[in-house]
Amino acid sequence: MAEKKKSWKEIPIGGLILKAGNAMEYKTGGWRTFRPEKNDKKCINCLFCWIYCPDSSIKVEDGKMAGFDYDHCKGCGICAQVCPVKCIDMKKE
Amino acid sequence: MAMVEVAWHGRGGQGAKTASQFLGEAALDIGKYIQAFPEYGPERAGAPMKAFTRISDEPIYVHSSVTNPDVVIVIDPTLLLGAVDITDGLEDDGILLVNTDKSPADIRKETGFKHGKVGTVDATKIALETLKIPMPNMPMLGAFLKVNSIVSIDEVSDIVKAKFIKKLGEDKTRANIEGIKRAYIELKIG
Amino acid sequence: MAQAKSKKIPLTGDQAVATAMKQIDPDVVAAYPITPQTEIVMYFSNYVANGQVSTELIPVESEHSAMSACVGASAAGARTMTATSANGLALMWEIVYIAASLRLPIVMPVVNRALSGPINIHCDHSDTMGARDSGWIQIYCESGQEAYENTILAVRIAEHKGILLPVMVCQDGFITSHAVEGVQLFDENKVKEFVGEYKAAHPLLDVDNPVTYGPLDLQDYYFEHKRQQSEAMKGALKIMPELFKEFEKTFGAKYDFIDTYRLEDADIAVIALSSTAGTARGVIDALRKEGVKAGLLRPRVFRPFPREKILSALKNVKAAAVLDRAESFSAEGGPLYTEIKAALYDSDIKPLVTNYIYGLGGRDIFPDDIKKVYSDLGAALKNKKVSNPINYLGSRE
Repeated sequence: MAEKKKSWKEIPIGGLILKAGNAMEYKTGGWRTFRPEKNDKKCINCLFCWIYCPDSSIKVEDGKMAGFDYDHCKGCGICAQVCPVKCIDMKKE
Repeated sequence: MAMVEVAWHGRGGQGAKTASQFLGEAALDIGKYIQAFPEYGPERAGAPMKAFTRISDEPIYVHSSVTNPDVVIVIDPTLLLGAVDITDGLEDDGILLVNTDKSPADIRKETGFKHGKVGTVDATKIALETLKIPMPNMPMLGAFLKVNSIVSIDEVSDIVKAKFIKKLGEDKTRANIEGIKRAYIELKIG
Repeated sequence: MAQAKSKKIPLTGDQAVATAMKQIDPDVVAAYPITPQTEIVMYFSNYVANGQVSTELIPVESEHSAMSACVGASAAGARTMTATSANGLALMWEIVYIAASLRLPIVMPVVNRALSGPINIHCDHSDTMGARDSGWIQIYCESGQEAYENTILAVRIAEHKGILLPVMVCQDGFITSHAVEGVQLFDENKVKEFVGEYKAAHPLLDVDNPVTYGPLDLQDYYFEHKRQQSEAMKGALKIMPELFKEFEKTFGAKYDFIDTYRLEDADIAVIALSSTAGTARGVIDALRKEGVKAGLLRPRVFRPFPREKILSALKNVKAAAVLDRAESFSAEGGPLYTEIKAALYDSDIKPLVTNYIYGLGGRDIFPDDIKKVYSDLGAALKNKKVSNPINYLGSRE
């Protein structure tokens, strides 16, 4: 359900955004038609996907590709396209 | 005292604006209310221009240009040749002061100004002899002081000193004051 | 008087404003010279070069850049000023609106000049009247003295937490900007004390509390932000009197949204902004001697529009002429006229009202012109109707 929008009295003046990093709260995962899925056996952890992802939705742990942030991934498929070993498949949601 | 209104006629670069301001500032210094303002057309050296000084014991609120001056001061004699109607609005008891080597009678003939007073002084000659450049504005200010005692020569000299000493140095400042004094003495009235 | 009267010193209106800016010593000034504002920038540049102020002066390449630099500086948390005229204001246009919508308290002296074309450098109000809906507070000054005082006052108005709107301090090009008059200056320390130090609520340079200025704002919230601007402008009407009072207490100069002259018992009144009001005063004195009950109303603040003050000042007036030094080409008269008429619509008073467009492109307005307006008002009063609602005073027929 959509969040109740605030009145003019409740928001910062001048269109200012006072909270840093608030884009985290804006979930764009729902825009997705195809979701990326990784074949762990093929992945060589080159992190091309992490470099190219326009929405910072590739999770990395200890220098290794650790999956997708499905709250924000829009399913654009760039990661699958740039993967040199083709270990990412785009599957219909 | 009623308001005194002075119209200065000169050409851009002859110092009419400066003279109008010095007169006003001298009067302000002794507690009068003043206005001094130029009337610009296209701002270029050599173009006819006007400047005005208003002096009063009461606050001055009017903000239009002077249409009925008490004193008209012509800094550049070539302006009498018809480019500008010098005596327009000059009251019957008004005073016309002209920088010229001619006599007041000659100027009356040339301008057709029959009333009031006409004063002439060769301010350009005085400027050339004192300041060594043809800048007749300060001598014409001296001529004004002769016909109107609202401020004294000393009061005006103080302003000239304050304004010029840094910009022009001591010699030229003294020459400017000398020019004022000479025109004060040499003004012919008729 | 809160302080002993100092000696008046001879200054042009531009010099008076530059002096106010020197005393305020803003953090940043970004400006581009344009006649007849040039002297403000010129004199202020001297102060910067001589080390008399600690201002960072940004000599930009255009007015669009001037206002852009001001927006950046003000958002960064700096007390910011600029100054302009006519086509310079027009070139700033896009950013003028942005400054107001970002709620940046920039103070901008504007030396009113005709907006081209045909090209003209002399006074009328077409430049700032065009910007009347930009969200800036607008103050109009009768003299260099007022321009000086309002520039100081404007800093406090703009930066007040309940207002946070940019302010234009308008004076008449050449007529007051280039006329030397005796100006009473305030003690510099007192000015500094009055304006205080500017502490922005959300400065961009506060890296510990990051903030975003100017994000995209669409159908869901843009309207609310505009609503905030409306409410801030209305709020200014309530807050400004406190600042007027404090100004009077500090400097002894009395301020209000409007100024009146012999209006209390006047039958006929002229309503005019800026220097023309001064010229009207002498005419009123002369008419009063003839037994004509003439008066003057001069709105000092045009944005926000001081409706209540204006209505209460006009309550005894039977016929009024609104003098507009700007044409709005609406075929319905000038901007001040339409505002005054609109204010009267739902009030109890219904004076006859006429409009005179005058003084465009620096056309001089003489006491005789204003006398004619009063004489027209007298006739309207007698006939109980206005013969011509929109007139052109001083234009050749």
